[in-house]
Amino acid sequence: MEKRALFSGKVLPYALLLPQLAITLIFFYWPASQAVWQSFLMEDAFGLSSEFVGFENYRFLFKQPEYYKAMVTTVVFSSSVAVLSLACALLLATQADKSLRGGHAYKTLLIWPYAVAPAIAGVLWMFMFHPSLGTLARPIRALGLDWNPMLNGKHAMILLVLSATWKQISYNFLFFLAGLQAIPKSVIEAAAIDGSGPVRRFWTIIFPLLSPTTFFLIVVTIVYVFFETFGIIDAITGGGPAGQTTTLVYKVYADGRLGGDLGGSAAQSVILMVIVIALTAIQFRYVERKVQY
Amino acid sequence: MVESGRYRNLLAYFVLTVGIVIVAFPVYLAILASTFDSATIINGNMPLLPGNQAVENYHRTIFIGSARSTREPVGTMMLNSFIMAMGIAIGKILISVLSAFAVVYFSFPFRKTAFWIIFITLMLPVEVRIYPTYKIVADLGLLDTYTGLVLPLIASATGTLLFRQFFMTIPDELLEASKIDGAGPFRFFKDTLIPLSITTIAALFVIQFIYGWNQYLWPLLITTKDSMQTIVIGIKKMITTQDALTEWQIAMTTAVLAMVPPVLVVVFMQRLFVKGLVETEK
Repeated sequence: MEKRALFSGKVLPYALLLPQLAITLIFFYWPASQAVWQSFLMEDAFGLSSEFVGFENYRFLFKQPEYYKAMVTTVVFSSSVAVLSLACALLLATQADKSLRGGHAYKTLLIWPYAVAPAIAGVLWMFMFHPSLGTLARPIRALGLDWNPMLNGKHAMILLVLSATWKQISYNFLFFLAGLQAIPKSVIEAAAIDGSGPVRRFWTIIFPLLSPTTFFLIVVTIVYVFFETFGIIDAITGGGPAGQTTTLVYKVYADGRLGGDLGGSAAQSVILMVIVIALTAIQFRYVERKVQY
Repeated sequence: MVESGRYRNLLAYFVLTVGIVIVAFPVYLAILASTFDSATIINGNMPLLPGNQAVENYHRTIFIGSARSTREPVGTMMLNSFIMAMGIAIGKILISVLSAFAVVYFSFPFRKTAFWIIFITLMLPVEVRIYPTYKIVADLGLLDTYTGLVLPLIASATGTLLFRQFFMTIPDELLEASKIDGAGPFRFFKDTLIPLSITTIAALFVIQFIYGWNQYLWPLLITTKDSMQTIVIGIKKMITTQDALTEWQIAMTTAVLAMVPPVLVVVFMQRLFVKGLVETEK
């Protein structure tokens, strides 16, 4: 796609691009290349000098059990949130797709959590399930379960999954609803005339037709859990107890800041970049809508 | 014909209502907590109907702050968040509308290169390059400044892609007509392109305002002064002081205050919000 009529200018187009390119180069490409470069360096104990060590940081990383643990945590966290939030959102969207009175109000009441910051979502859920004062923690403890997300890693992870899911449902709901509304009514009516009931129609017609939306949402949700849930983790658990809720992104932060291991942190950043690029590439492969160049 | 029996609709109402209640409950608890004093919350038997401390709590939170943590009035934090969110939204729109204009309406060498340089940044969220970016901002002397909070976050491909896509749908005849009328690039941009793009600009603004207001990791890294912290950072600091000392009523009041601006934006600008969300796919 190209415009037929264009302006020509020797300087103007570059001047228009300058602000964005300058910021992109200074705050994206330069730090990203620094991260790559730093991942091959090792600092001495005082951070005064650094030497080139090749892949030593990476080798060290893959020898650490903590790193594998963070990987497993990330996979568990992101797949739980993806499954839960997609299932809830799909259920709500199929109901909201029916022509109901006040349908618009229902939609409004379901989408606003998108606007809540992840860290705030974390605080809300922490307050609700706080072992000593949480309104919902008391009934759990009354049942005899020793609920304590501050000491029990499993409980902490459940809390993270719930709050991250809570925030992501609204986004997935909106896209599912749009996807459902794009399915031609005639297809569904034809199936109804042929005698297939609502459940069968859903699984044989609606669900397969929604699969591009579902796929897109799976990738978006995974990226969301990888990166944007940083605020939730930092607010609720700080990666603990005993590192049991430390995800890959949280580890980059914690190792660089608290541990001061910049080389190791940079190596982790590079691995994350590769993961993001792979996820984005997959996304574009299947959802080739954004770019035609 | 497709069934539309009363019972099926009842089921739909039921599922949606349960969904809405679950979605709203954590926020309802926060609003409740902002109306009680500290002791009522801490003893673990907070009633499920509002108390009478709301005025006291909101007044103290906004103008005085939490006594035991940063001691910064939450009003200041909200102002910081507002400046950051506005800066990110406006900055992003400005630079991306200009670059999209250049990429779509000009022919010049390296056009595709420029587009790809911008496009690839979609794949590099700030989280994967935090420390090097931090170091650059520190070297530029931008720690604890609004510029440092805003600038690194305004460059991203989302806006450029969105405007590019929109410009592509504008009929070529408009540009040809403008050219016949003797309009140069500036006239065309100002009198034709911008007026046509108003809805797109507004939709992007809504999304970016929410994105900016909710930033966490970046302000956490580059603000060291209490007077520069944003509300989302401030609330976290209130809670991680010694747990028993957390002033929950102030923390939850702050949580409510932190949610109000972005939630209002979503509720009252819903059409623009949905448009922005679907079109940026972000």
